[in-house]
Amino acid sequence: MSTSKYETVIGLEVHVELHTKSKIFCGCSTEFGAPPNSHTCPVCLGHPGVLPVLNRQAVDYAMKAAMALNCEVGDVSKFDRKNYFYPDSPKAYQISQFDKPIGENGYIDIEVDGKTKRIGITRLHLEEDAGKLTHIEGGYASLVDFNRVGTPLVEIVSEPEISSPEEARAYLEKLRAIMQYCDVSDVKMEEGSMRCDANISLRPVGQKELGTRAELKNMNSFRGVLRGLEYEQYRQAEILDDGGEVVQETRRWDEAQGKTFSMRSKEEAHDYRYFPDPDLVTIHIDQAWKDRIRASIPELPDARKARYTEQFGLPGYDAEVITTSKALADLFESSLEYTADAKSVSNWIMGDLLGYLNSNGLELTDVKLTGQGLGEMIGLIEKGTISSKIAKTVFKQMLESGKLPQQIVEEQGLVQISDEGAILAIVNEVIADNPASVEDYKAGKEKAIGFLVGQVMKRSKGKANPGLVNKLLVDVLKG
Amino acid sequence: MTLFDLRLKDLHNQLRNKEISVTDVVNEAFAKIGERDEKIGAYLTLNEEGARAEAARLDDKLASGEDLGLLFGLPVGVKDNMVTEGIRTTCASHFLSNYDPIYNGTVISKLKQADSILIGKLNMDEFAMGGSNESSHFHPVRNPWDFTRVPGGSSGGSAAAVAAGEAYFTLGSDTGGSIRQPASYCGVVGLKPTYGLVSRYGVVAFASSLDQIGPITKNVEDAAHVLQAIAGYDPKDSTSAKVDVPNYASALTGDIAGLRIAVPKEYLEGIDPQVKASVMEALRLLESLGAVWEEVSLPHTEYAVAAYYLLSSSEASSNLSRFDGIRYGVRAEQTGGLLDLYHESRSQGFGPEVKRRIMLGTYALSSGYYDAYYLKALKVRTLIKRDFDQTFEKYDAIVGPTTPTTAFSMGSQVDDPLTMYLNDILTIPVSLAGMPAISVPCGFSQGLPIGLQFIGKAFDESTILRLAHAFEANSDHHKQRPSL
Repeated sequence: MSTSKYETVIGLEVHVELHTKSKIFCGCSTEFGAPPNSHTCPVCLGHPGVLPVLNRQAVDYAMKAAMALNCEVGDVSKFDRKNYFYPDSPKAYQISQFDKPIGENGYIDIEVDGKTKRIGITRLHLEEDAGKLTHIEGGYASLVDFNRVGTPLVEIVSEPEISSPEEARAYLEKLRAIMQYCDVSDVKMEEGSMRCDANISLRPVGQKELGTRAELKNMNSFRGVLRGLEYEQYRQAEILDDGGEVVQETRRWDEAQGKTFSMRSKEEAHDYRYFPDPDLVTIHIDQAWKDRIRASIPELPDARKARYTEQFGLPGYDAEVITTSKALADLFESSLEYTADAKSVSNWIMGDLLGYLNSNGLELTDVKLTGQGLGEMIGLIEKGTISSKIAKTVFKQMLESGKLPQQIVEEQGLVQISDEGAILAIVNEVIADNPASVEDYKAGKEKAIGFLVGQVMKRSKGKANPGLVNKLLVDVLKG
Repeated sequence: MTLFDLRLKDLHNQLRNKEISVTDVVNEAFAKIGERDEKIGAYLTLNEEGARAEAARLDDKLASGEDLGLLFGLPVGVKDNMVTEGIRTTCASHFLSNYDPIYNGTVISKLKQADSILIGKLNMDEFAMGGSNESSHFHPVRNPWDFTRVPGGSSGGSAAAVAAGEAYFTLGSDTGGSIRQPASYCGVVGLKPTYGLVSRYGVVAFASSLDQIGPITKNVEDAAHVLQAIAGYDPKDSTSAKVDVPNYASALTGDIAGLRIAVPKEYLEGIDPQVKASVMEALRLLESLGAVWEEVSLPHTEYAVAAYYLLSSSEASSNLSRFDGIRYGVRAEQTGGLLDLYHESRSQGFGPEVKRRIMLGTYALSSGYYDAYYLKALKVRTLIKRDFDQTFEKYDAIVGPTTPTTAFSMGSQVDDPLTMYLNDILTIPVSLAGMPAISVPCGFSQGLPIGLQFIGKAFDESTILRLAHAFEANSDHHKQRPSL
């Protein structure tokens, strides 16, 4: 079995919840996590006789997202009904957009293995979210919570131009970053404010027409998308290797089992019977409206990345990592108001900060670090007030307490010892106590100096200036 | 002459001058209902306790000398597809036989604000689908002029209740003729406003792009007063129009000299000779009052019924999907699974006519058929609207019969839906074009009323009210009452 004989073709359908205050067609709150069915009204419950009224903020956000994804925004957009029966859909149709979406023909650029690739975006359309079903164990009942029903969503459909699971992940990360920068959504896959379905097919390398595709659902994290696509790539390659045919169907990714399972075949596919929603009027988007939205779009990740390499001389990799998250990029820039050493800021962000967040499963918003703290801490290192080693302790405390580094250093007496006399005293003690190492050094084993430096640092409780320690040790030993 | 034979203004003055009380007026309604409704079957639900309590409250208000609106204290019945908070709203369907709404529709709120008193919910064809009121799940309505005849539909209860004096006025809804056709059959006045003039919020949708609420009254002037109370922009209805609502009563000057009337030749072809004779006589009367009329052609009329049944059924198939047995209404018991629950609940809950339209609409919207049916019908609709627009460039109103015949016998068309659908052939084009139209009594044939239809430009209810009012002032057909 090998996947190298085949070319993978992936298209993604991503749903992003827009964080408007109220729902798209009624005045109910979109707050997450409220008691079941507390944010509902006759309209979103689909009672007889109710009518939808469009929330203009949702259109603004969708236009902003579309423009940020380089989509064309037409002069006219409209809503259509997508008809299907399911208990999470109280009207038994979803108000969506069929032939006049908010945006069309966009793209985003992704970077994989240092290479930039452009992925086309077919369309971005606006629609309402469904409710949430909970199935009682034992299967005797299902509960439905309509709080989420009517939350505005944009569905972003990519062209089938993604060639690997890694590219899919890069596409999703870039998409998330752009939505974050535009401030139209929380884009949290774990909370469901960003959801991804994928179409994936394989074809022999060199073949023009596409292979039969499977649609993958239920991938609830970036890792899930990556693993799900990897599994599916493997599964389809195995079928093709055996001379079999891939069945066109919808498959569900099971995170726990690490496998995909068939949900329904093409024959069971719905006929959604789209038609224009007669309860809503056509949206006419004039130039002034478009201009207003375009003016509200901030500097996007690609532009920031370019600026970071040009203005601050950051390596491309650093700039890519930092601009993937708007919060990280904002932290980076705010740190630079307190220090000029951009590379040092970048190192702390990419090393200690991301390490801490990843190992503790946290988001940047969960820690108390400020740009001022990071910037000033780098300043203290430059001035020699603290050592890089002490700085690691200070940094960790800043993450947890939010205190400024000067305060942490003072409160805990972490100021670096740069007094030659004080250090010399310790150096002499250490030399006296470690004759064997001294002998080794003098016999030409230069490495022995490392042990002696370590001993001095230990006795100074890490506060001795390491450069000075080194210099004084060498002076004494050679003297 | 009973209280309900008084003009609205006269009844209002009697109330204002405390010659009668609101309780008297409400008593009159329930007395007539008690006396007659067992035979007629206009009502599905009565709000007797609520109405009497409201009457007492309004009598106190009357005593306090506060300013009174024109609809103050008037007993109104509304078609049972208008959502009333806490008062069962069934759409004459088994499906909603247990449904108590949790909110009031906009028009209901407006009536409350005007201090009208809701006395009950009126029978109709199930989900407003039908032209005879025989598709009501509960019981048919009988025509007050002849109990062997249908009252028309789908607002059959609304028209019959006014004709029988069981309400002072009523509201109906009109999708393809459902106010005008029963008004014509029952010898009362029925007005379908321009699409968008009256809020649809709280009307259980049949065909959203066509549904309009309108008044059914004993005379044109009263229709103008009721329309005044219910018309106007509603932020809860995106399709409601932001237009200034004129003072309709002030248009009723009696002066129609110089008004230009178009009479479509297609509306006079193949209709009952006596209906035609009455319409021609009405035209002569209008002419004698100074209006001028000419025969014109609305060439796409013959395609209207087909286009209407495709469009209205398509919309209905989607609108009625929410009746799935999950949250309210009929829920089948002991079913195998989710699909069974849907199938069984809907099979049990809907009657045959509703099922027929859901199937027709589902088919017309299906992949592979959409272009041939739904889209083609939309294009026909555009052509029909163009017929009207072109006519209104030269004429102030269009006049013709409301229906090709008078009320037909109960049971005669139940098994022949296509014939039944043709009863709306003269009202449907107007609905597709979204124009306003009013039906007023213009004669009798073998004791059954004949209706005259005045069709106006969009949002120009004033002109058709003026014409209809002038016609009515010079005839006495509307003063005829069935002997009950």
